Amino acid sequence: MQLTINGKLHEIEGVDGTTPLLWVLRDHLGLVGTKYGCGIAQCGACTVHLNGTPVRSCSLPVSAAVGQEITTIEGLAAPDGTLHALQKAWIEHDVAQCGYCQAGQIMSAAALLKQKPNPTDADIDAAMAGNLCRCGTYLRIRKAIHAAARELNQGATS
Amino acid sequence: MSQAATSIAATDAYVRDILRAAVAQAQETKLDRRTFFKVAGLAGAGLVLAFHVGEQNVAIANGTGVFAPNAFLRISPDGTILIYSKAPEIGQGIKTAFPLIIAEELDADWAHVRVEQAPINPAVYGRQSAGGSRSIPTAWDQLRKAGASARAMLVAAAAKEWNVPASECRTADSVVYHDASKRKLTYGELANKAAALPVPDEKTLRLKERKDYKLLGKRFTGVDNYAIVTGQAAFGIDHVVPNMRYAAFEKCPKAGGTVVEANLDEIKKLPGVIDAFVVPGTGKASEVRAGVAIIANSTWAAFSAKRALKVKWDETNASQDSWTRAVEQARELAKQAGAETLKEAGDYDNALANGKVIEGFYTYPFVAHAPLEPQNCTAWYHDGRIELWAPTQTPEAGLNAVANVLGLSPEKVTVHQLRVGGGFGRRLINDFMCEAAVIAKQAGVPIKLVWTREDDMQHDFFRVGGFHAFKGAVDKSGKLVAWGDHFITFTADGERPTSGGELRPDEFPAQLVPNVRVTQTKLPLKIPTGPWRAPGSCALAFAIQSFLHECAVAANRDHLEFLLEVMGEPRWLQPGNEFALNTGRAAAVIKLAAEKAGWGKPLPKGRGLGLAFHFSHAGHFAHVAEVSVDANRKLTVHKVTVAGDIGPIINLSGAENQVEGSVIDGFSTAMGLEIGIENGRITNTNFDRYPLLRMPNAPQVEVHFIQSDFPPTGVGEPALPPVAPAICNAIYNAIGYRVRTLPLTKEGFTI
Repeated sequence: MQLTINGKLHEIEGVDGTTPLLWVLRDHLGLVGTKYGCGIAQCGACTVHLNGTPVRSCSLPVSAAVGQEITTIEGLAAPDGTLHALQKAWIEHDVAQCGYCQAGQIMSAAALLKQKPNPTDADIDAAMAGNLCRCGTYLRIRKAIHAAARELNQGATS
Repeated sequence: MSQAATSIAATDAYVRDILRAAVAQAQETKLDRRTFFKVAGLAGAGLVLAFHVGEQNVAIANGTGVFAPNAFLRISPDGTILIYSKAPEIGQGIKTAFPLIIAEELDADWAHVRVEQAPINPAVYGRQSAGGSRSIPTAWDQLRKAGASARAMLVAAAAKEWNVPASECRTADSVVYHDASKRKLTYGELANKAAALPVPDEKTLRLKERKDYKLLGKRFTGVDNYAIVTGQAAFGIDHVVPNMRYAAFEKCPKAGGTVVEANLDEIKKLPGVIDAFVVPGTGKASEVRAGVAIIANSTWAAFSAKRALKVKWDETNASQDSWTRAVEQARELAKQAGAETLKEAGDYDNALANGKVIEGFYTYPFVAHAPLEPQNCTAWYHDGRIELWAPTQTPEAGLNAVANVLGLSPEKVTVHQLRVGGGFGRRLINDFMCEAAVIAKQAGVPIKLVWTREDDMQHDFFRVGGFHAFKGAVDKSGKLVAWGDHFITFTADGERPTSGGELRPDEFPAQLVPNVRVTQTKLPLKIPTGPWRAPGSCALAFAIQSFLHECAVAANRDHLEFLLEVMGEPRWLQPGNEFALNTGRAAAVIKLAAEKAGWGKPLPKGRGLGLAFHFSHAGHFAHVAEVSVDANRKLTVHKVTVAGDIGPIINLSGAENQVEGSVIDGFSTAMGLEIGIENGRITNTNFDRYPLLRMPNAPQVEVHFIQSDFPPTGVGEPALPPVAPAICNAIYNAIGYRVRTLPLTKEGFTI
């Protein structure tokens, strides 16, 4: 089985096709930035992109990801290490507390900004409602998404 | 090994070297009355000061009279300022707060400062834990003095170099200046020279006044933020050991049940499964509950096999607890006072007879901690030793528990502290470490035990539910003259209330009302309970501060004015104890919250402001919630305005983040969270039946701190308790309906 993750092709052996993508990422490929939280697509900690769309990797059989472009939190920054505008905004707005959910939050937000470069609060709420933060950093997440949107839009117009 | 793991191992090795040198020195010189000493014998190390952070009574380790350092400040010749800190990071921001305190007194450039997690070694470090909002208050003086000591040594080194009096030198941003001769030297340049000088007498140190702070009280971003947003942070669940296998553990759904038999042969044949075996357990929930362990090639294989398990449980001595039954019993019991008297003051009966009597029966449920990182631990048993990698709040206690369960001496147990994906009190108890230890021993290979979300929700040490039958009275002038509470709680041993279910006889406002009767009844309980964010207060505040509002309403008084009258003259309720409630500080935060929220402003129908105060964990907090409720009881919490006094603020960004999170946690829990218990079983399974608050329903939070010169306290907990009563009091002011049962969904509210 071959998977394209963060632009790199990986050969996966000895994995049943029904295994959720999450566990292939974590246990087989060592990409542990994607987190396990619930296993039933309720918390969003395991969010990754499948062809740019946010998906809950805990509930996606790995066979469905074959031949698709998978992006995880480890692949969100540019190849030269330049952080995504959201990652920078997350640092500057000091969003995280325990930090466990934040990779999933950032991946959901990144997919939102691709679709809606100028999201309203309502757009953000709708896109982020699937991601739980047990520490309650929602207000900072919202602010950081707005800040990142501003930065991306400035970059696009300058 | 991952990069993060390698870096932790390297740090461990380096700190162990420092530790060895420090301990040897301390033993040699019997520095039992000294707070700070230099660690010598590390060539080119620069200036290394060892000191102790923590409670006074463990400052002298193990009764040997030998000073036990547990924190280190190192100024390297390259200018890096490093602090090794013993406290686990659980999302409370301690890893950023500790070095800020040192950097302030050191006059360091914040960009030069780093903090590393110290290894777990109770023989050297004493108590190592994160809980009770105690890390900051117990470390405050020592961290400040450590910074000031190092600064004095650097100044002395510069003065000696320049042959000028130290009093003519000043410091700023990691540099010593002699203005008269326009000379300067950096801390890095001075580090080795300073290390050759004596440590100054603590009495000669002059700590800064708050007005001179350059760092403390300002906003700083977390030191691990970069690692978190790039997916590098090494949480417990991320840890990998070479040749590691994956473990899952199925426990009896009823607390106290044991295993009769299981379909082990079938399980062992499943794909990816290496072994499956019965774990008899130790009979203690805080160690190892009975169950079946599965060892597999991957987490998924282990989880899948766990679902195929068929276990016959012996439930003879297992929990038969039922929340429904407890509610019925409590309602009956509430008709009279409890048999056990906690406090009796003045003439309670007379005050009731001569006043206007107010009664209210309050109920709050069991709740789970539900940290987003499920319980997990990696363990490797080999050659009569065990090594564990754990996301725990109490590594030292965990180490001792594992030693006890395996029958090893503590020296044979090594614990590596990893980042914790949410504590909330759950990881004060180390059952997951004990389980991993026992399973690893039998497995014979390193294992990573990961609980499923369902395991985490069902095998918690829950925040205990409880009941209060209040009966108070106001006199003709509308003053609160009588306070009565029949507290109905639970007990595991038939004697003491279960963990988290205690009511202190002097709990607010019993000390402030002239006529008081507080009684207690304890119902039996087998399901384990434990500390949950702001233990005790997290539940009591809802009942007490709501009923106080009922009294104000019955007296036809403004709640703000009524609450301030209850506080009375500014004073400490325990004279000489600066961690006790101070009525002056309480009144100040109550007034500030009310002022900032626009208390008394005109509001449309169905919209209301609600006020609540609570003192816990040495923090004084008052909240005003602004809510709307429609005809179908659809609730919107627009905003919660918070005023707090926790002494001086260390990191304003971190403190505000904790308060924002506390408000959301408090609302989330009050709104819809309840652990169902029927026939000994927990009826919730996963987040679909435990609806934590999501972003669209998060209220705005406005935070105001009164920065005072009182000793600081931590802020992970005390901002939570007033949230629920502020919201419920606002609901009353909006629609005239008194909420006496949580969660709000039980009373027909939705969001």
